[in-house]
Amino acid sequence: MGGKYILEATGIDKAFSGVTVLKGAELCIEPGELHALMGENGAGKSTLMKIIMGIYTKDAGKVVLDGKEVEFKSAREALDAGISMIHQELSPIPEMTVAENVFLGREQKKIKGLPFVDKKQLNQKTQELLVEYELDQYIKPTMKMKNLNIAQIQMMEIIKAVSYNSKVIIMDEPTSSLSEKETETLFHIIDNLRAKKVGIIYISHRMEEVFELADRVSVLRDGQFIGCVKVADASREQLINMMVGRELEGGYPTNTAKKGAVVLELKNFTRKGVFEDVNLKVRAGEILGLAGLVGAGRSEVMRALVGYDKLDFGEIYLEGKQITIRHPQDAIKHHIVMASEDRKELGLVLCRNIKENVSLQNFDKLSGASFIQKPKERKLAKEYTEKMATKMNGIDDLVSSLSGGNQQKVVLAKCLMSEPKVLIMDEPTRGIDVGAKAAIYNIMIDLAKQGIAIIMISSEMPELIGMSDRVMVMANGRVKGELEGEETASQQAIMNLAFGGNEQ
Amino acid sequence: MTQKKDIGKILRQFGLVFVALFIIVFMSIKSDVFLTSQNIINILRQISINGILAVGMTFVILTGGIDLSVGSVVAITGVIVGSLLQSGTNWFLASLAALVISAICGVFNGWLISYVGFQPFIATLSTMTIGRGFAQVYSNGKPYTISDPSFKVIGQGYFLGIPVPIILLVIFCIIGLVILTMTTFGRYVFAIGGNMNAAKLSGVRTQRVQLMVYVMSSICAWMVGLILAARISSGQPTAGESYEMDAIAATAIGGTSMSGGIGSLSGTIIGFVILGLLQNSMNLMNINSFWQQIVKGLLIIIAVFLDMRTKGKKA
Repeated sequence: MGGKYILEATGIDKAFSGVTVLKGAELCIEPGELHALMGENGAGKSTLMKIIMGIYTKDAGKVVLDGKEVEFKSAREALDAGISMIHQELSPIPEMTVAENVFLGREQKKIKGLPFVDKKQLNQKTQELLVEYELDQYIKPTMKMKNLNIAQIQMMEIIKAVSYNSKVIIMDEPTSSLSEKETETLFHIIDNLRAKKVGIIYISHRMEEVFELADRVSVLRDGQFIGCVKVADASREQLINMMVGRELEGGYPTNTAKKGAVVLELKNFTRKGVFEDVNLKVRAGEILGLAGLVGAGRSEVMRALVGYDKLDFGEIYLEGKQITIRHPQDAIKHHIVMASEDRKELGLVLCRNIKENVSLQNFDKLSGASFIQKPKERKLAKEYTEKMATKMNGIDDLVSSLSGGNQQKVVLAKCLMSEPKVLIMDEPTRGIDVGAKAAIYNIMIDLAKQGIAIIMISSEMPELIGMSDRVMVMANGRVKGELEGEETASQQAIMNLAFGGNEQ
Repeated sequence: MTQKKDIGKILRQFGLVFVALFIIVFMSIKSDVFLTSQNIINILRQISINGILAVGMTFVILTGGIDLSVGSVVAITGVIVGSLLQSGTNWFLASLAALVISAICGVFNGWLISYVGFQPFIATLSTMTIGRGFAQVYSNGKPYTISDPSFKVIGQGYFLGIPVPIILLVIFCIIGLVILTMTTFGRYVFAIGGNMNAAKLSGVRTQRVQLMVYVMSSICAWMVGLILAARISSGQPTAGESYEMDAIAATAIGGTSMSGGIGSLSGTIIGFVILGLLQNSMNLMNINSFWQQIVKGLLIIIAVFLDMRTKGKKA
C-alpha cells in the first residue's frame, strides 16, 4: 500500500524544443479530496495534466498512482489505470445516443467476437449511472447527444469518467460554460464523487469556486511548484501572491517616447456574447497593455477593431475623426495594423517565402495597376526584414523554415511596411526565446519613439508591467479597470481585476 | 546543404521535362509517324482542350479549391452557341451570350463557396450536375449542327499556318502566367491557398479573389466549349464529360498541391503536355484505351509521389 496519496507527481520537468515549461512541478492528491490547481496563463497547468495523462512524455520526475510508479504512453492507458480527464472543450459525438457516447469504444457485445452491440445492456448501465448521480430526470440513455445542452453534455462527460471507475478525475475549467444552476448540479456530483473517495484535480480561474469547493490548492508559476495550501487557511491575497509573486526580471527597456495626442479612440465597442461596451484610448508614442485571463475578450476586441471579426456596434476615432472599418483592408488603409498572436493561424502564410509574406499586406506601395514592381518588392522586403534583424539566408527562405522569433520578426516587418499609426501586438513574445524577446522589446520602444501608438495584449505579467505605460484589464468581455504607473500597476492589482473585480 | 536543396529543386522543376523528353526520344525511335509535322500538330490540337481547362483549374486548386463543373460548362457553351447559330445569330454575339452564361456558372460556384461557405467539391459537383441537366433540357437531348463557317474557324481554322486552338492555348497560358506570376491577384491566389485567415488579416479581399478564380475557370471552360463545338461542327449536350478529371490530373502532375498554396502554372503546362504526349504515343503503339487509363493513373501517382519526396527532403 502506498502512502496517503492516491496520485503523486513529483519533480516533473518538461521542455519543448529547448524552452522550459515545467521545472520540478509537483502535485499530490488525496483520495476523496478536491484539489484545485491554479496559476497564470502559461504557468504549465495544462502541460502537467497532459504529462499525467500520458499525452506528453516527461523529461524527469515521477508519477505514482496508488503507490505504484506509472508511465503512461497514451491517454487510453491512463484511462484504463484509473485517471480520466474532462477537457475544457468537449468532444461528444452528436448523432449518437447518450449511452453510446458514454461507452464509446468499450461496447458490450451480444455475442463475444461478433460486432453486434448489446444496446439494451448499454442503456441499462447508463441508466444506473444516471440514477446514481440523480440526473435521470433530465437525461435518458436513449437521447441523442445533440439534444443535450452544454451543461448536460458536461455532466455526461463526467458520468463517462466515472464509468471508467476512475480514481482520479481531472477537470479543466468545468464551469466555464455553465450557468449558476448548472454549476450547482455539477457541485452536487462532485460531492458524490468525493464520498466515493475519488480524487479530483480541479483547474479553475474562479477564486470563489476554489474557496467554495476545494480542500487544498496547489499553485504553479512559470512551470515551478510554488506551494500547496489548505483552503481553510488561505486568503485570496495569499493565492494571488503565490501565483504572481516573482520579482520583475530586470531588462525591460523604458519607453522614453514623448506621448502625443490621442491617436485612436474606441467607444462602446460591443460584440454580443463576446465583449461589451469597451472604451479605449491610446496616444502617440504610448504602449497600452491589455491584461486579462485567456478568454477575457482582449484579442476579440482587437480583431473586431481591424475588421477581421464582425462588430455589433461601436465607434472608432482615428486622430479625432470617426472612421469605419469593415474589412482588414480598411484598417490597413487607415494604418491600423495587427500582428496576431497566432502566427500559424493568422499571421503568416507558412508555405510561402519571406518576401511574399512581407509584401502581401503592402501591395499599395509595391504595385502599379495591379502589376507587382518586383525589384522594389525585393528591396523593401529586404530592408524591412533586415531592420528587424531577422536571421535568414535570404528573403526567398520559406517562412516555415524560420524559428518562432524570426517568424515574429517577419510579421513585424510586414506590419511596419504598412507604416502603422496604431500597431496592435497580440502576445508579441509568445513562444519566443529570451534573446529574441529582448530584440522585440527594443523594436517596440523604437516604434513608440517614432510616434506609433502600440496596443499590446500580453498574458505575461512582467512583460505587461515592464513594457506598458498604462495597463487596461479586461475580464469576461468587459473592461474592469485601468492602471497607470509602476506603483498602481502591480501584479497583484492586475490579477485582482483580472479575476473579476474589486471584491475583497 | 543549400546545394542539396538546389538539386532537389532542379529535380522537381525539370524532372517532368525529362519525362517529356524521354517520351519524345523513345517515340521518335519507335515510330516513323511520331515526329511528322502532322502528328505534332495533332498532339498540340489534342492538348489545347485539356490545356486551357487546366490553366483555369490551376488557379482554382492553388486557392485550395476544386472545380468539377468545367465539363458541364463546356456542354452548356456548346448547346447555347449551337442553338443561337442555328437561329441565325452572328457568331460573335452567340459566343458572347455563351460567355455570359458560363461566367454566371462561375459566379454561382464562387458565391456558394466563398460567401455561403460550401465546400468547393460539393458546390461544383452540384453545378456540374445541374449544368449537365440544363444542357440536356435546353437541347432536348439532341445536338445542334453548326454550319457557320466563321464560327468553325475557332476549331478548324489556321492562322499563319498554325491551328487556331493551339494559338488560343498559347494565349491562355500566357495570360495565366502573367496573372499568376506578375500581378497582385496571383499573389493573393497563393496566399489564400496557403492560409486564408492570414491573407484576410493582411487585407486581402479573400472572398472576391475566391469568387474570381471560379469565374476564370468557367471562362476557360467556355473557350474550350467554343473550340470543341467548332471543331466537330456541333453543339452537343454530352460534350466535355469528365474533362474536369484530365484538367485536375494535369495540375496534379505539374506539382500543384491539392490543399493549395503551392504549385505553378508552368508545372501544369508540363503536366498537360506529358499527358498529351503519352496519349498520342499509346495511340500510335496501338495500346488499347483501357490500358491507357491505367497508365495515366499510374503516372499521376508517380508524379505526385516524386513531388512529395522532393518537398519532404527540402523540409
